[in-house]
Amino acid sequence: MTRLPALLAAAAALAIAAPAVAQDFAITHATVALGDGSEPIADATLVVRGGKVAAVGRGVAVPQGVEQIDGTGKWVTPGLFSALTDLGLYDVDAVDQSRDISADKSIFSAALDIAPVVNPLAQNIKVSRAGGVTRASVFPRSGNAIFAGQGAVIDLGSDSEPVVKPRAFQYVELGEGGGGLAGGSRTAAHVTLRNALAEAQDLASRGGRNDDALLNRPDAAALIPVVEGRQPLYVHVERAADILAALKLRQDFPKLDLVLAGASEGWMVAKEISAAKVPVIANALNDLPAQFEQLAATQSNAGRMHDAGVKVAIGRFFDMNQPRYAPQQAGNLVALTKLPGASGLSWGEAFAAISSVPAEISGMPGMGVLKPGATGDVVIWDGDPLELSTAPMRVFVDGVEQPLESHQTKLRDRYLTPQEGALPKAYDW
Amino acid sequence: MARSKAAIGVALAGAFALAACGGESGGVNSASAKPAPAPSAASAKDEREDQPYPSTYKPYPGAPTALVGATVYDGKGGRIDKGIVLFSEGKVVAVGNAELAIPEGYARIDGTGKFVTPGVIDVHSHLGDYPSPAVASHEDGNEMTEPTTPQVWAEHSVWPQDPGFTRALANGGVTALQILPGSGNLMGGRSVTLKNVPSRTVQGMKFPGAPYSLKMACGENPKRVYGSQGRSPMTRMGNFAVNRKTWFEAKKYAAGDRKERDLAMETLAGVLDGDILVQNHCYRADEMALVLDMAKEMGYKVTAFHHAVESYKIADLLRQANVCSAVWADWYGFKMEAYDAIPENAALIQQAGACVIIHSDDENGIQRLNQEAAKAQAAGKRIGIDIPDAQVVGWFTLNAAKAMGIDKLTGSLETGKMADVVLWNGNPLSVYSRPEKVWIDGALMFDALDPQRRPVSDFELGQPGEGDVK
Repeated sequence: MTRLPALLAAAAALAIAAPAVAQDFAITHATVALGDGSEPIADATLVVRGGKVAAVGRGVAVPQGVEQIDGTGKWVTPGLFSALTDLGLYDVDAVDQSRDISADKSIFSAALDIAPVVNPLAQNIKVSRAGGVTRASVFPRSGNAIFAGQGAVIDLGSDSEPVVKPRAFQYVELGEGGGGLAGGSRTAAHVTLRNALAEAQDLASRGGRNDDALLNRPDAAALIPVVEGRQPLYVHVERAADILAALKLRQDFPKLDLVLAGASEGWMVAKEISAAKVPVIANALNDLPAQFEQLAATQSNAGRMHDAGVKVAIGRFFDMNQPRYAPQQAGNLVALTKLPGASGLSWGEAFAAISSVPAEISGMPGMGVLKPGATGDVVIWDGDPLELSTAPMRVFVDGVEQPLESHQTKLRDRYLTPQEGALPKAYDW
Repeated sequence: MARSKAAIGVALAGAFALAACGGESGGVNSASAKPAPAPSAASAKDEREDQPYPSTYKPYPGAPTALVGATVYDGKGGRIDKGIVLFSEGKVVAVGNAELAIPEGYARIDGTGKFVTPGVIDVHSHLGDYPSPAVASHEDGNEMTEPTTPQVWAEHSVWPQDPGFTRALANGGVTALQILPGSGNLMGGRSVTLKNVPSRTVQGMKFPGAPYSLKMACGENPKRVYGSQGRSPMTRMGNFAVNRKTWFEAKKYAAGDRKERDLAMETLAGVLDGDILVQNHCYRADEMALVLDMAKEMGYKVTAFHHAVESYKIADLLRQANVCSAVWADWYGFKMEAYDAIPENAALIQQAGACVIIHSDDENGIQRLNQEAAKAQAAGKRIGIDIPDAQVVGWFTLNAAKAMGIDKLTGSLETGKMADVVLWNGNPLSVYSRPEKVWIDGALMFDALDPQRRPVSDFELGQPGEGDVK
């Protein structure tokens, strides 16, 4: 059983710690996956200095005075980047009071901004960090309008400043969900979206508003960077036809920086998505007609889109889909490469789909990847990170080693044997 | 994980509005003039044999087959390297090492580098009762009109066309599964155990000889469903009060002449007779302990606790009570009673000598029970509990069969048992492995190498994605 070093345990005990100083360290003789789509490199060295990757590869020398970690038999990767999560937005999903995921009764929609409310001490952040996740995008979900609001990019370091990039994107529901929110059909969702973008344009160009404006001012103002292409618009669609309709939004609003979320039927229109140069954040393993808009769902979706040249990230880690499941899902996509008729991803491509690709889509190049100058988010694993038997041994964010303790690990330690001793279990902590 | 427990919880209240019909447990005189059955196990068995919706399942044709050279996990803890598995006429003929003689006329399948296990079994599924697509018209798993509805039978809700069955077969190697009513009620109704074969009717899927189970639920769900309507049970103590009252009624009924048909009481009397098993949705350690005392008080046995995320806290009690824990690998935190879930749960239960089952309760999870078991095994290994692969395979084969009362028929590769067999293209506990072939009663029902051995449900015919690899 791994016990935390006393120093780390003490650090974890502090309620909210200030950002720690980055360590300089080198990991030698490890199998290193760069996260950029290439295949892992055996017997390689990684050097991290000042919170950044300084050097990586085979035959890299360890500079003097840098702590050396023997990576023999271990794997080293960039930290996982989880796109579209609900990390830090709840304690217990089914306990309303603890839940900041959606605002069903709010008069605001596009103006909603999760940046001020992410709780860096949430258990789901701690558990995900112990699973090797070092960065994530966090998004609100639609309450009573098609616009869900603005998501942010966070790090999962154990300090008081989780938000790396606030207002990183706007999220909108089209498809079945959007139709329901807009008044009962997809037609209403499209009118609502187009009107909202037009009102934002109007507000931006004239600084004023028509008398019959439908959006309140904060919502209209929040959409100005969207319509001007300064803030990406994530569009949740699943059906092939809905995807094509979303791509056509740029005929009327040419500056839109679109990202597709979901796209279960993306493989059917992969050429069009690729031609439009719109990236996709997809679920890896959707293969059921869970809704009519997902009739053609298949686990080969990501592989087929990738083959067509679409930039595909594995994401949408919310509800029961925990961010720490990312390696298992990526591993399943590798397994598909051995299945006749299926399309999967190579190991390197699959790992990139849960590290550098979601980072790039999230506007964070230099994350989820190990190359000189990249962020020093590093995970040391006890084996192949995509394999079910593997777990992170040490996790670094910005070069700072992180505690891996949580409510779960403390419960585990308390109940290694269920019998009570001389005193009840409550005295064992 | 599209249809999470949390999501179901949210859906419960809404679904209630649709479920306007009352219970069907009113006293109805038996049409047949059978002699009064005495409250003995033997007579209850007679009644069970008088099945109103009998299984019409017949094994599909299969060829005598020899799987040769694979690593064989027999489901009961055994491992044979370069093993041979023989099956013919729907039954396992022999399992052995390379010395085993292959009789004439057996089709030989080279399993070199591959693995063989018994068919995967899910003790907790709602396929068919909550099928895909997950639209309101398909919500047939919770009869939330009364806190106890032991009179309802899950088989009367199953939609055999649920595409989830085929995904469980092709990706999960699932050959048998128990469909349970949902957890909206304290007593949700009877389960049905199915062979995972496509069929026009649910009777055509029914597992011959499988006993019924009663689905019970403790904790948040029943109290939320009924408490929100201002009726009992509103609290956990209300849960117990309603349960105890109902059990006392059942004991009275069971002790009587049982002449008058009472569909609810017949199910409960079957439990008291020991003919109907009890599958109890229960997360928390303290509640499981109370349920065990209630079972003792009333004279019945809990076969398995499902979603037992806190079993690790009372693994000693569960071993003593001889109760299985059907668990997930690492779901946690989605509701208050799942807040203390830990990934080491299964390993800690196993270490205490109690029975472990990996279950899904999910149309996606059922496609990867082998992977979930591997994750739970790995979590144990990291705290020094080293459980061999061969034993872990039993978590999703024989142990599930035991809890469903079908372990004499399937769940392990033993001479005379049903030839429910999966050939995996690698170690089933590796993420990189997939079922290559799946036999049910010796019939090849899925073959990854043959697109025609991939069932397509009526619902998916002529739709986008028909016949795709999925």
